[in-house]
Amino acid sequence: MKYLFRLLVVGLIIFTTSDLFAAKKNITLAGSTTVLPIAQKCAEAFMDINPKVNISVRGGGSGVGIASLTAKSIDIGMSSRPIKDKELATAKQKGVNPVGNIIALDGLAVIVHSQNPINEISIKTLKDIYTGKITNWKVIGGPDKEIVVVSRDVASGTFEVFKEKVLGGEKTKDDALMLASNKAVATTVQETPGAIGYIGLGYLSEGVKALKVEGVLPSNKTVQDGTYKLARPLYMYTNGTPKGIVKEFIDFILSPSGQKLVSETGYVPLK
Amino acid sequence: MKFKESLFKFIALFAALCSVIFLFGIILSIFKEGYPIFKIYGVIKFLFTTSWHPTHEEPTFGILALIVGSLVVTIGSLIIGIPLGVGSAIYLSEIAGFKTREILKPFVELLAGIPSVIYGLFGMAFLAPFVMRLFNLSTGLNAFTTSIILGIMVVPIIASISEDAISSVPNELREASYALGANKWETIYKVILPAAKSGIYASIILGFGRAIGETMLVLMVAGGSAIIPKSIFSPVRPMTATIAAEMGETVVGSDHYHALFGIAIVLFIITFVSNLITETIKRKVMRSQNL
Amino acid sequence: MRMKRRLNQTTWLILVRIALLISILFLLIFLVMIFAKGSKVLSLSFLTQAPKEGMTAGGIFPAILGTFYLVILTIIVALPLGVFAAIYLSEYAKPGYLVNTIRTAINTLAGVPSIVFGLFGLAIFVNLFGFGVSILSGSLTLAILILPIIINASEEAIKTVPDSFRQAAYALGATKRQTITKVVLPTALPNILTGAIISVGRAAGETAPILFTAATFYTRKLPTSILDEVMALPYHIYALMTEGTAPREQVPIAYGTAVVLLLLVLSVNLVAIIIRYRIRKRKKW
Repeated sequence: MKYLFRLLVVGLIIFTTSDLFAAKKNITLAGSTTVLPIAQKCAEAFMDINPKVNISVRGGGSGVGIASLTAKSIDIGMSSRPIKDKELATAKQKGVNPVGNIIALDGLAVIVHSQNPINEISIKTLKDIYTGKITNWKVIGGPDKEIVVVSRDVASGTFEVFKEKVLGGEKTKDDALMLASNKAVATTVQETPGAIGYIGLGYLSEGVKALKVEGVLPSNKTVQDGTYKLARPLYMYTNGTPKGIVKEFIDFILSPSGQKLVSETGYVPLK
Repeated sequence: MKFKESLFKFIALFAALCSVIFLFGIILSIFKEGYPIFKIYGVIKFLFTTSWHPTHEEPTFGILALIVGSLVVTIGSLIIGIPLGVGSAIYLSEIAGFKTREILKPFVELLAGIPSVIYGLFGMAFLAPFVMRLFNLSTGLNAFTTSIILGIMVVPIIASISEDAISSVPNELREASYALGANKWETIYKVILPAAKSGIYASIILGFGRAIGETMLVLMVAGGSAIIPKSIFSPVRPMTATIAAEMGETVVGSDHYHALFGIAIVLFIITFVSNLITETIKRKVMRSQNL
Repeated sequence: MRMKRRLNQTTWLILVRIALLISILFLLIFLVMIFAKGSKVLSLSFLTQAPKEGMTAGGIFPAILGTFYLVILTIIVALPLGVFAAIYLSEYAKPGYLVNTIRTAINTLAGVPSIVFGLFGLAIFVNLFGFGVSILSGSLTLAILILPIIINASEEAIKTVPDSFRQAAYALGATKRQTITKVVLPTALPNILTGAIISVGRAAGETAPILFTAATFYTRKLPTSILDEVMALPYHIYALMTEGTAPREQVPIAYGTAVVLLLLVLSVNLVAIIIRYRIRKRKKW
């Protein structure tokens, strides 16, 4: 028993310290679950090219990404929103200088049931629907059907963009469905004739209909040239301008082959 | 020699005290991080208003809808879990033959160990679409679906502990009851259940604690609307799901961050009280058994 | 009167039987569904490969290994602590204020929701102690979570050792420590192990405590240090279901992962149950 215990302790020490001897080329990312699929896919491709590098990609959310960067426990903080003043102040206090690198764009598609005759919507109308001023499709020329409002979690980055671009300081109506993921929103809208929702472009699929917003359909082109209004940049924050292996990784994402992966994931490449 | 003896005892004492230390650590850390929200927002306003808009420009942190959400799915799960769990326990200990019981009891215990995330997967991918179609709803991720799965999850817990309580009722009581001319059901209903009452209550409270503290399942299945539900088919946002979903997105040290720890305090107090009740019941049982 | 009594009895006995049948039916549907959907993706390469092509293909090997490391370290921390605590409570402690406090603390810990453990781990191990998101932080958090289970199981186990064993040891001139380490613990060991095994199952399946303390979405590297973050089976299921962009490929993988986790937990518990039944049969004192 005693020997077993000693063996365990020795094993543990070796296990703990072996990292020091290994050629260390690790990149750790954490943060926004929106950026997660891009980072994950790019990490796979990057590691295939550079077998000695290991990249670990963690979710958690934009807040976690920036907080972990501030705590110096990760190399890259992923965020679907720009850093907030309070976070920047805390970071500076701890001697960290967060630099935002825009690595991709994301558009929010406004979606309805595929049978819904409505084809386009204005941001003003969208706001009236989400704040509860318009509750029936017939008001905006649709069938006489109650509108089922589907929204994302108030804490999600997707909601953040919607709030900023559409709601403009007002609150969503109380009985809006607040779903936890893009996928849940898409499924719900797909199955519910009276529903309206919004999702990241990457989640747009056959079963639902995307509306023109202010006369523009969401697509890579309209998001890139800024004519589609419901769009946002996605960030990778680093401490100072990226250096060494971290720079190589971010450069890879920005390179044509990286940007190709971005669009494969369903997001919008920068160019 | 003497030194070794006392060292050994000291280590044992220290290990035992660790539980106290950990408990205080937990209490301290959640109160330290959660207390500011009570100061900033006010305890009454925090607990008894329903507007949960933590990321709004003028954020509101009323968690009443979250508390109600937790209670609705917990009570819903107990409505399913208690009759099924206690009924199964009665069957297993009083009616089933020796062989059936020897097979089913371990089976029930085995089921009590299934990770909740798997129940969540089942609820999200199978039961929710099913419920949605069956009742023609806008979403299957709601209080009703959550209650069912949570109910299935607590059945093994309630059944296993109730069964222990029922089978520990001394045989003399059964024999006396039969001798007085009571039939099987009368014996169960009038003699055995009252005698096992405390243990059954304890199992129910334990089930309550498990259900209200359950995180992954409600996070995946409950739908997530922070409103007081109008019907059992409304989506709800239980407290645990709120913490798990929002902790990652919030700015560390912000009011929102403190509010989430504030929710943890409320959760902790609820489970602490329900635990104290179980304790008291257990002590009462022990005392009555000593007599 | 007699008719009514008999009718009453028959009705209730049928109801009770139905309760059991429904419970078992529900649980069987649940298990069959998971196994039916999950077994489609199960293969040797599913168990031995890392996720590929944006987590829509490949296997779950890093998650299996991650869960393995988490559980091992958890048990290394929790088992000695739990057994020593049980020794104190059953062999040394005298009834009184201290013991009551300790017991209340253990029972309260047992009832604390797992997400609260997660917050505690985040505040203390990840941030305050600076272990970061790592196997160490996750395992310490899980260790506290399963500590009450281990203490209770060990105490029960130690209690079943008959007093005559202890008296025999004392009569041979053994000290209290020797009696405990040479007589009481070896006798109680199988039962202590049962408790430990059950708690391993619990630790392997918990998601909420590792959500902020240990789990990572994707890594290909196998952990080389306890300060590495890891993929873990339960978190992998959750992440695929809520954060994936390709449900058509990822939901089956989530089911497959669920089957692996379920088999792991169920077989671990089954081992514990078998050990317990064997002991019950063998015990002769």
